[in-house]
Amino acid sequence: MSFLKKSPWIIHYDGSSCNGCDIEVLACLTPLYDIERFGIINTGNPKHADVFLITGTINEQNVEVVHNIYNQMPDPKVVAAIGICATSGGIFRECYNVKGGVDTTIPVDIYIPGCAVRPEAIIDGVVAALGVLEKKAEALKAMKASA
Amino acid sequence: MKTALCVVAWVVLAPFIGGLLAGADRIITARMQSRVGPPLFQPFYDVLKLFGKRGVVVNGYQNFYMICFLAFVVVTGALFFSGGDLLLTIFALTVAGVFFALGAYSPNSPYSNIGAERELLQMMSYEPVLIIAALGMFMVTKSWHVHDILAFQKPLFVFLPGVFLAFLFILTIKLRKSPFDLSTSHHGHQELVKGATTEFSGSALAIIEISHWYENVLLMGFVYLFFAFNWVVAIFAVVVAYIVEILVDNTYARLTWRFTVKSSWIVGGILGVVNLFVIAFLVK
Repeated sequence: MSFLKKSPWIIHYDGSSCNGCDIEVLACLTPLYDIERFGIINTGNPKHADVFLITGTINEQNVEVVHNIYNQMPDPKVVAAIGICATSGGIFRECYNVKGGVDTTIPVDIYIPGCAVRPEAIIDGVVAALGVLEKKAEALKAMKASA
Repeated sequence: MKTALCVVAWVVLAPFIGGLLAGADRIITARMQSRVGPPLFQPFYDVLKLFGKRGVVVNGYQNFYMICFLAFVVVTGALFFSGGDLLLTIFALTVAGVFFALGAYSPNSPYSNIGAERELLQMMSYEPVLIIAALGMFMVTKSWHVHDILAFQKPLFVFLPGVFLAFLFILTIKLRKSPFDLSTSHHGHQELVKGATTEFSGSALAIIEISHWYENVLLMGFVYLFFAFNWVVAIFAVVVAYIVEILVDNTYARLTWRFTVKSSWIVGGILGVVNLFVIAFLVK
């Protein structure tokens, strides 16, 4: 049995979000939703994190930052794009400085659309991400065994 | 034989007690913030998960230092719980702290370097009070050995109220709780990320976590000594002390290192040293 599902630690990065989805992510930590019930901790440190939550579009300035955070996270890890801007670029898709959704830069496992996303949807998305995390952990184990 | 049994019990049981303490801490903290909080066994899930993660290593020696940290904390506790010399215990604990700081220095990251420097400053703040506590116990019981202090029939707390209060003050530093969680901040999104533990991941982080569990149990052992005349009272005192620490953790924001050093020296100096002088005149 894997313990990944029981203690997914998240890191949250605000791309160029309007802060709407951002605040909803933080709302998940408040007494009303209290995601610590599921062992979820907002770490703020990529090296301790398992789940990478991104809100907002990727633009020319933050693309390096997103790459950097992603590369610093130890395997197994999953990425969840939160909000319509992060999933596809949303209404900012055509902007001159915007590259598009998060999947233009790093591989995304879970898309959670909405504007702004409701905390229930975020929790649902993170729980779905845990299934992906579990599969990745198994794949990593199989790779280790064969190596 | 009894000594060996005590050592084995410490090595095997302490991480379980420490983990349960950490779990209870998280639930009580959550209730204080009107949340439900994680399950009681959450710290164990976290550590077991961390062992399954890949470790990212910046400097080849950084994980070695943390293994030394764990080893010295275990040795310290073994000295303490087998009834050994209290002074030796305190010095061994210092060595463990030095390894922790060395480990934090080694990855050369700004956050963990600041964490390591703050760790050294914290050691500077709490060391004098630890020595004063050991000295006070020696002056009352006429022995440096833990088994003699345990066998002392009168309540040590009555002789050393000032020393006990000073010890409670530095306990906040040792337990790495607010307002003195300078070196490894407990909550994310802060000025030094995770301080000394920022660059540790996977099993190295799990080892640090387990070392903290050992350390916390050892510190609770120190609190126990003050009330050792009656084990029911002593355990009650330990529980109350831990809950007070959690309350302090939840009601104070982090203070600066200047305030930490100054306040712990002033509190330790006034409460501890005055208490020692009184003891020196009263207990002949």
